[in-house]
Amino acid sequence: MATATFKVWRGNQDGGDFGTYEVELEPGYVVLDAIHQIQAEQATDMAVRWNCKAGKCGSCSAEINGSPRLMCMTRVEDLPSDRPITVEPMRTFPVLKDLVTDVSWNYEVKASIQKLTPRSPDAEDGSWRMQQYDVERPQEFRKCIECFLCQDVCHVLRDHHLHDRFAGPRHYVHTAQLEMNPIDTSDRVAQLRDELGIGYCNINKCCTKVCPEGIQITDNAIIPLKERVVDRSYDPIRKLVSMVTGNGD
Amino acid sequence: MSKYQEFEHDVIVIGAGGAGLRAAIEAAAAGVSVGLICKSLLGKAHTVMAEGGMAAALANVDERDGWHVHFADTMRGGQYLNNWRMAELHAKEAPERARELEAWGALFDRTPDGKIIQRNFGGHAYPRLAHVGDRTGLEMIRTLQDHGIHQGIDVHMEVTVTKLLKDGERCVGAFGYDREQGRFRVFKAKAVVLATGGLGRAYLVTSNSWEGTGDGHSLGYDAGAELVDMEFIQFHPTGMVWPPSVRGILVTEGVRGEGGILKNSEGRRFMFDDIPPLYKDQTADTPEEGWRYVTGDRDARRPPELLTRDHVARKIVKEVKEGRGSPHGGAYLDIAWIKENLKDSEAHIKKKLPSMYHQFKELAGIDITKEPMEVGPTTHYAMGGIAVDGDTQMTTTVPGLFAAGECAGGLHGANRLGGNSLSDLLVFGKRAGEYAANFARENPSYSISEDQIEAAASAALAPLERETTKDGPFQLQHRLQKLMQDNVGIAREEGEISTALQEIEQIRGELARVGAGGNRWYNPGWHTALDMQHLLTVSEAIATAAKERKESRGAHSRVDYQAKDPTWGTFNHVVHKGSDGRMEVSRRSIPEMPAALKNIIEEQG
Repeated sequence: MATATFKVWRGNQDGGDFGTYEVELEPGYVVLDAIHQIQAEQATDMAVRWNCKAGKCGSCSAEINGSPRLMCMTRVEDLPSDRPITVEPMRTFPVLKDLVTDVSWNYEVKASIQKLTPRSPDAEDGSWRMQQYDVERPQEFRKCIECFLCQDVCHVLRDHHLHDRFAGPRHYVHTAQLEMNPIDTSDRVAQLRDELGIGYCNINKCCTKVCPEGIQITDNAIIPLKERVVDRSYDPIRKLVSMVTGNGD
Repeated sequence: MSKYQEFEHDVIVIGAGGAGLRAAIEAAAAGVSVGLICKSLLGKAHTVMAEGGMAAALANVDERDGWHVHFADTMRGGQYLNNWRMAELHAKEAPERARELEAWGALFDRTPDGKIIQRNFGGHAYPRLAHVGDRTGLEMIRTLQDHGIHQGIDVHMEVTVTKLLKDGERCVGAFGYDREQGRFRVFKAKAVVLATGGLGRAYLVTSNSWEGTGDGHSLGYDAGAELVDMEFIQFHPTGMVWPPSVRGILVTEGVRGEGGILKNSEGRRFMFDDIPPLYKDQTADTPEEGWRYVTGDRDARRPPELLTRDHVARKIVKEVKEGRGSPHGGAYLDIAWIKENLKDSEAHIKKKLPSMYHQFKELAGIDITKEPMEVGPTTHYAMGGIAVDGDTQMTTTVPGLFAAGECAGGLHGANRLGGNSLSDLLVFGKRAGEYAANFARENPSYSISEDQIEAAASAALAPLERETTKDGPFQLQHRLQKLMQDNVGIAREEGEISTALQEIEQIRGELARVGAGGNRWYNPGWHTALDMQHLLTVSEAIATAAKERKESRGAHSRVDYQAKDPTWGTFNHVVHKGSDGRMEVSRRSIPEMPAALKNIIEEQG
């Protein structure tokens, strides 16, 4: 049976190093299978977060050979076999132990975003009428499994650590689905500009590239939101009018 | 004295899948303080994996549907062992629960006139499943999560409960640990809701995530609650079978709802060979009629692939046993064939079944728009669970302890219909939250003895204090899973079940000596050792009830008692902890159904 060498980062917030493990491969093995085998046979206390092992829950995010990936959807046979496979925790978030990071910041940011405020229902039974065409765009964003790989790869968070003023691609996708929900009446443009820091995004599309759900984060979520912010806040004619009338954000 | 952090809430909800979130939202809306405890991160619970949809008689696609039809379908699917009151409430309230999700941000797929669209599923007379492609569970849990985070609920993420705390008979809290550092937490509460989901991890081949270790079933049982219908485990007919690494991952029934057919290695559509009498009149005579049904012809009857899950699973096993299986021991599920009837079939499949397309492409290298899938049964769902009052969801024997969702029993009887789980979570999650809040308001005072907490703390630490053993927690878990798979699986027999019961005792003995290794910080070996307690309890309950039911009914199939015996249809099996601490099983007669409900069943045929 084929084997592969895995170098898995072991440690905590005080530091750590790679442990080297030989793994016997079965057909179709994904990286998470290898981690489980190491756990069962070589390191019972190796920390890894996972749930569904089917690409649906977004728990097992890690950096495999340096790329942000889901461990459950990365097949070992698709990785180069001539060198060890490295598995590290996401670097944008503080490590708790081994492959597990503290992603709680994401939950705090989300709770700060203005929630859905529906208009009155269209029918007496409390329901709304929406066309498939109108729900399809926000449905794309609602495919998000909150794996936070887009947050992990985004340089504004990863390299510049602007967590206090930049919400990150995941939360622009979330905001976009709220803004484009056909029954929503809230306006999040000022919040996007002032609190969620969408201006810091310079549309490198790294987030789009790593999204395991294939969401067009940059083109379909971030750019339309940026356009709304620009239209509202930085349109020179509108600015002039607002200076004269005293109306503005 | 052990160190622990203490939290006090009016109501605590253990489990944050669909039922737990819905219960927490309802309790918070009633104005009490709520703590929501999740074993994983919020939004990752097993609900996220539900695919096909949520059953609710909205009658958006076929106006002949209504709660009475849904009720009759659910009872027939459950072979009339269901708690009929729950089946009634479920059918009546599911539409309102579905609509309310849209007020909280859900976006279901639409009909041409802009309503929530509904699809066909096994055992449902009309298109009834509200859905979003094949990711309905994600839509539901995200909607509840995004609504719930604005309701003032205290969320305790990655905290596992190991023991319920009591004041006399009453349940007044829970003891647990956080995964991050293994710190103990004591939750004091006036009412406790269990919403921990299923127990599929008692089996080797399962669609369940790691969390499905029967925690709620076992915590409730230990606290004195009764477990009902534990012999009924749903083996979903279509799990992936190849490659080995993905064995058991779910392939939604939606594939068959969209026209997918089952074939054996000879290319024969074997589901036409054997239609159960209960469904004879509702099943298509020809493949042509079956296709008309899935494409919306109201006069056509459903294809046999959409018979109930228990039946379809058994038929696949039969084909494999008789040498007509696929190369890796399953049957072929073919959706690609619809290209014969549908011009744009490739785009249609990708639109209606995007996750399935993705899943097979990525994990098995199969393009389902062009080739058939290989599928076989996978342990999917526990019909059995904690016995509750149908209206309030309070356990029958422990005041202040409520249960909802998969860990509660009753609604589904001997077999659950696809789509009835997501609606179950919402209908009874809401009810549990509402009545738990009431109970908390009406019963404000209680006390918790320190010795209970001490005992729970030392039990939790024990696996870390012992020397590591050759067979560690993961090996014990694997042995139990294989044991249950081989001996208490789809086809059961007295001798094998007895073997399982003996071996469960053996593993229990070994677990008492197992050392987990490592320390309290995020240590999966330790967590698995603690989860094993629950897995052993539920495995024993399943085997005990399965041994007792000497007939074949619904999901419970005995090779030594193949017939369905009408006298066995008049009672449920109830498992509880005897006064000597040993598990006992007894029969409980099903109460007489009110005439109005009986009439509905007769009218619906």
